[in-house]
Amino acid sequence: MGRFIVRRVIQSFFLILGITLITFVITRLAPGGPETMLEDPNIRPEYIAQLRAQYGLDQPVYVQYVKWVGNMFQLNFGRSFEDNRPVISKIAERVPATLQLSLAGYLIGLLGIPLGIQAALHRGRIIDSIVRVFTVLGQAIPHWWLGLMILIFTAPFGIFPLAGMGSPNAEHVVLERLHHLLLPSLISAMSGWIVYSRYMRSAMLDVLGQDYVRTARAKGLQERKVMNHAVRNALIPIITILGGSLAGFFSGSVLLETVFSWPGMGRLAVEAAFKRDYPTVMALTVIFSFLVIVGNLLADIAYAYIDPRVRY
Amino acid sequence: MSQVQFQAELQGAAATAGSAAQMPAQKPALGYWQRAFRHIRKDRITVFAFFLLLLITLLSIAAPWIGKLLDVDPNTTQLLKRMKPPSSEHLLGTDDVGRDVLIRLLYAGRVSLLIGVLAALTAFVIGVTCGLLAGFYQKWVDDAINAVIQTTINIPLLFLLILLSVIFRPGIGGLAVILGLLSWQGNARQIRAAVLSVKGHDYIDAARVLGSKDGRIMWRHIFPNVTSIVLVVTGFDVAGAILAESGLSALGLGIQPPMASWGNMLAKSFQYATKAPWLVISPGVMIFLTVLSIFLLADGIRDALDPRIS
Repeated sequence: MGRFIVRRVIQSFFLILGITLITFVITRLAPGGPETMLEDPNIRPEYIAQLRAQYGLDQPVYVQYVKWVGNMFQLNFGRSFEDNRPVISKIAERVPATLQLSLAGYLIGLLGIPLGIQAALHRGRIIDSIVRVFTVLGQAIPHWWLGLMILIFTAPFGIFPLAGMGSPNAEHVVLERLHHLLLPSLISAMSGWIVYSRYMRSAMLDVLGQDYVRTARAKGLQERKVMNHAVRNALIPIITILGGSLAGFFSGSVLLETVFSWPGMGRLAVEAAFKRDYPTVMALTVIFSFLVIVGNLLADIAYAYIDPRVRY
Repeated sequence: MSQVQFQAELQGAAATAGSAAQMPAQKPALGYWQRAFRHIRKDRITVFAFFLLLLITLLSIAAPWIGKLLDVDPNTTQLLKRMKPPSSEHLLGTDDVGRDVLIRLLYAGRVSLLIGVLAALTAFVIGVTCGLLAGFYQKWVDDAINAVIQTTINIPLLFLLILLSVIFRPGIGGLAVILGLLSWQGNARQIRAAVLSVKGHDYIDAARVLGSKDGRIMWRHIFPNVTSIVLVVTGFDVAGAILAESGLSALGLGIQPPMASWGNMLAKSFQYATKAPWLVISPGVMIFLTVLSIFLLADGIRDALDPRIS
């Protein structure tokens, strides 16, 4: 177990290095990279030289990379091209908003697990069909667009606030925030419902066909206790998906934050992209990739811990 | 979570369809593909999905002729007719610079569908090549390809897309290639698994004894056995690319106006959502119907190609 964890941690470290390399190569070696910002004829040459030195662009590319990665491990992502503020503080401002939305969406999304259990227990019945139709339709529809449609059609009734996180000076701050969080987090949870319900359904059907379930029933165990056995075992494979679904979850947050004017890190990436603020976009790409890798690592460790049959 | 990610998971089931593909058909008179075709004909949902997709494709291809017939141009702006709701003159209304939404929707279909197909083809070529090589040679080739896959799938797709689209400002072809470069991992994994299950068979040894080179064995003896998986996976890739393009273009970072794509027709929809809902509804419905019909069709084909389902 210890060796397995050490191996996975080392592997994850190299994955992160690989991602920083990809991100760096894309931005530095591509035409239209940060260098083009300095080709403005209106800027005096000596100022350009000063800027190049400030951003480290006057050094060989591999030195730039090593410095960039080295700084990153100290949470120094450089300064924004837009307003020269440290990238890390621009991002830090946006963390709470993203954290609230993602956490709410992730937790509500876990409801897909009981949904999948019910579908498996009533296989071929109406609830199974409903879950199936929902899954198929939900995969084909862009979730951010669905959010927009719900906003349009509920606007006359004023059920959901149109945008933002709500005023921090409102009378009931928490209620106001929850009200603003409601629709975005429900939309964000949709992908969880779809993925978890489908996986849970098939895992549950798998387990219900096992000999030990038959044995438990044959010896006259209460159905409730049989289900207890079954669900616990069916949950094991779901753990890997809880980690693996993070990448898509974060990608989705970019569009959701834009649709709902939610001032989070995803929206920051879009804003920074329009201003060609490379350091910020690069930092966000690396940070979100890092979170995905850590999520996968934790899921794998949890999996090995819970299922003693798994040994690598 | 974006939908792109869990298509990869959907594809998981495709592997079983493929590994069973080498089993002989129950009635020797019917070939593998013939049998599959008969199965599909009886599957109403799949037939419906096929005709829906065909209709959308044909309407998109015919966009220039439809435009001539109705005497509307997708890029002509009419400032006096801005943001008009649907009427008999403009069936789906006009946009913020007075362009006809219906004809733009048809032209946009050409762009969105083309990107979907080109991206899937790119993913197909890279995925099949890497999958065949990894499964066939195993050892360090497998490890190297796996390392690339592991690294790239951990980057949230949309962030990388944003970064790439800012730097390269890609057009249709560029965007399609980028999307393909970012979505071949599922193909490679599926094909690698299928190759591993086929590789141990006697006919592969027989081919080698007869003097076939590696390339020939891979192409003539292994690849035909994995075509059914490849077909289904590529279908899901088309849908995934259409969804990814729509998201990116809606953010204003993908296909740039005046060229229309379903995604960039939604680009200003965030601002106009309540003022001009018709601008938001129709492009989204097109994306939904197209992706849905591709999903259902690929799903139906997967079932039809699985000899265990009769």
